[in-house]
Amino acid sequence: MSTMAVPDIAVAPVDEGFWTRSRKVGLTLLGLGLLSAVLFGALATDQQARFTLSDDAAGAALEINGTIGAILFGIIAIAAGAALLAGVPKRWFVPVLGVGLVGFVLSFLCWQVSAAPTGQNFMPLVNIIRGTFILALPLIFGALAGVLCERSGVVNVAIEGQLLMGAFSGALFGSISGSVWVGLVAAAIGGAFISLLLAVFAIRYLVDQVVMGIVLNLLAVGVTGFLYERLMQTDAARYNSAPRFSNWEIPLLKDIPVLGPALFRGNIFLYLGLLLVLVIHIGLFRTRWGLRTRSVGEHPIAADTLGVKVLRVRYRNVLLAGVVAGIGGASYTLALYSFTKNMIGGKGFIALAALIFGRWNPTGALLAALFFGFADQLATYLGAISSSIPSQFLAMLPYLATILAVAGLVGRVRAPAADGKPYIKG
Amino acid sequence: MEPGEIHALLGENGAGKSTLMNVLYGLYQPDEGEILVDGKPLKLKGPSDAIGAGIGMVHQHFMLVPVFTVTENIMLGAEQVRGGIAGFLDRRRARREVTEVSERYNLRVDPDAVIEDLPVGIQQRVEIVKALTRDVDLLILDEPTAVLTPQETEELLTVMRALKAAGKSIVFITHKLGEVKAIADRITVIRRGKTVGTASPEASRDELAALMVGRNVRLTVDKTPATPGEPVLEVAGLVVDDDRQIRAVDGVDLTVRAGEVLGVAGVQGNGQTELIEAIMGLRPVLAGTVSLAGDRINGWKPKKVLRAGVGYVPEDRSVDGLVKEFSVAENLVLDIYDRPPFGAGLALKPDVIAASAKERIEQFDVRTSSADAAVGTLSGGNQQKVIVARELSRPLKLLIAAQPTRGVDVGSIEFIHSQIVHERDVGTAVMVVSSELDEVIGLADRIAVMYRGRIIGIVGPDTPREEIGLLMAGISPDAAHESNTDAVPGDGPATDGSPARDAGSANKDEA
Repeated sequence: MSTMAVPDIAVAPVDEGFWTRSRKVGLTLLGLGLLSAVLFGALATDQQARFTLSDDAAGAALEINGTIGAILFGIIAIAAGAALLAGVPKRWFVPVLGVGLVGFVLSFLCWQVSAAPTGQNFMPLVNIIRGTFILALPLIFGALAGVLCERSGVVNVAIEGQLLMGAFSGALFGSISGSVWVGLVAAAIGGAFISLLLAVFAIRYLVDQVVMGIVLNLLAVGVTGFLYERLMQTDAARYNSAPRFSNWEIPLLKDIPVLGPALFRGNIFLYLGLLLVLVIHIGLFRTRWGLRTRSVGEHPIAADTLGVKVLRVRYRNVLLAGVVAGIGGASYTLALYSFTKNMIGGKGFIALAALIFGRWNPTGALLAALFFGFADQLATYLGAISSSIPSQFLAMLPYLATILAVAGLVGRVRAPAADGKPYIKG
Repeated sequence: MEPGEIHALLGENGAGKSTLMNVLYGLYQPDEGEILVDGKPLKLKGPSDAIGAGIGMVHQHFMLVPVFTVTENIMLGAEQVRGGIAGFLDRRRARREVTEVSERYNLRVDPDAVIEDLPVGIQQRVEIVKALTRDVDLLILDEPTAVLTPQETEELLTVMRALKAAGKSIVFITHKLGEVKAIADRITVIRRGKTVGTASPEASRDELAALMVGRNVRLTVDKTPATPGEPVLEVAGLVVDDDRQIRAVDGVDLTVRAGEVLGVAGVQGNGQTELIEAIMGLRPVLAGTVSLAGDRINGWKPKKVLRAGVGYVPEDRSVDGLVKEFSVAENLVLDIYDRPPFGAGLALKPDVIAASAKERIEQFDVRTSSADAAVGTLSGGNQQKVIVARELSRPLKLLIAAQPTRGVDVGSIEFIHSQIVHERDVGTAVMVVSSELDEVIGLADRIAVMYRGRIIGIVGPDTPREEIGLLMAGISPDAAHESNTDAVPGDGPATDGSPARDAGSANKDEA
């Protein structure tokens, strides 16, 4: 038999058909834009919607007529959606999507602000930005803890527990010693304690990491809840009145308009969180530690054959994650509130979502955390201007945003290949 | 080992070659005995000690991080750093070193390419460069040719000669006699964890094979010429995606007739797996048709396909073919447990199952302590025989056997091959898919070569190996002048980077 000639053996590109992800997102955006232009436009009033560049109604502001604003920004969202639907180059996808979503949100805000009771038709931007960062802060710490852990191949579902334990030990030891710094160190140790349990059971005893994480969350709730009732409630003055970090104003930076008052007159945790994002990002991608961490999370056997101590890297990273999350927990009790039972209230899980949304990348995780923080802050703000939307719906907003973000907008995410897989030598 | 020597370590799968080398590389700890380097005993606590002692290893399954660049992979574990404790990576220096080493030994690699985008042959080159940058004197190559096309193998042998000329010693682990004879200076044969002899490359194939398996074996399959009948399996314009939604089968047309064996050859990862799974109903068919004896079967559930008279020996028995924790008897009726005489209504009939199991264990020479032993406790060859026994116990129109003798001892190979040929002789259409070219050549009456999801050629079994090898590399001898398309580069990227992942192959010898 003779050989058949095959004319063309090039690999055919994957044919997604007309409905690419970009187009589907575009269609959704187009729908949202239409909704906002029509519905928000109709509901908005003729009041001026003021977006002030300060903490209150005073000072400079961007002003626009409610109805006109709602329709205008809706049209921007429609345009962005239409552009995606028509097809844009790949690198334009994210910017165009961003413009569209901002348009949608602004249209919504024009309606809400213009429809607010007279005298409250303003949105203080400084306030909103500051609130966003404050609400995002535990998420930032939590997601960074996730990055540290999961990049080395250990799934960290225990972020919630680490945050809670950090918050608790920060409050307890801060109160007893009367020193914020002792509190901070205790918080780090508290978070690391939960991490140590995770590390020992996941790495040494090969317990399923997700199950272990959930168990540790419950453990943290139980232990801190018990001690809270026994110690803190009986003698709050002694055990639950930790000193708080005062706000530090950063010279020069604090005078930047809008951002200065919003960000650079905050407390140590805000600065620490942002610094950690930078440090972990550079560390992960530019240093020996980072290269080894990533190799262990992707292909531990390969790392082992090159003399990298897989288990040691994992232990170290999981413990570091606990330290970071513990400090994140202290951002509550050593800066804002006194400790209450289960005060983290699910933020650890949102942090997990931010980690995935941010594609296991520290900077991505920061942006995701800010996005969730903004949704949260928006709900608070709308409550304050007695919005016509029921408060339950507003409270759902962050979770809804999480589902949408994690399900649709991220596209295909690739976790570290060995994430969650125990390494057994030999 | 002496400097500048290529020492081949020959043995069947499971003979202990890789284990020995993993001990030498510090991955496993010896229970007894010692390793001598330059006359001094050497204690290896881990791979870093081995690297320190000048021992490098290219593993059978490549030890490369798929998402890293070539440079990152090479620098890992021996990073050049700046900035003290912070340890910033000095990528520029690392790149320069990679370029330098790859030029010195004529091993061209792009230092910035990401591993998962590279074809298997180049990945292997990266592995070798990785070892060389660590200044090794002794390089261990564990089954390096298992995933290579014949042309890539040729290139590798050239590289090995160059390394030898540069004074490096090489341990070359393989079960392929042809390669050993082509390159080795000395041959050590291992069987069941023991050295059974040393030989020089002048020893004949038969001698070496006999040493390997401990008795004389036939290296060819006995069969009479086929008498093909009606077409049984017809595949037309089949298009299938792999798990990652990447096109794996891209317009395949095939016909298998009653009473013939169609062999499908090709380097792993060129769509063979997806082709079979689509025929069996395990994977959605995106376009095209599959018909069995005239009935269109695409879209059928696997159970329906099996019951229509298709026997299926899956390529990875531990994943698809057997339930390891189940007994041999249970595994033997996995396909028909719910049918009389084995099941009635909701109940199974253990007596009937046991009786039939006993019969088939005897008939197919399955070596097991009892029919109730968990199938996972059997050796690879006997596990495979359980599958073959199960599949051949039904009346078949079509038998599809994928890698039927992978990881199977020589004795079982002979047996399984004779069963396949027997099935052909009783008039079943047979399709054998194997990455082991000799197996395909030995069994097939016609050979279809798959490359990047297409059948690039269908040839007779008497076609020269070299020609089939070229086809496997995507070079169709006639295509160059018959059509006006561009010539195909021999080392263009494979459809994906996956072939390296399951490199285990049958221990059949080079013919």
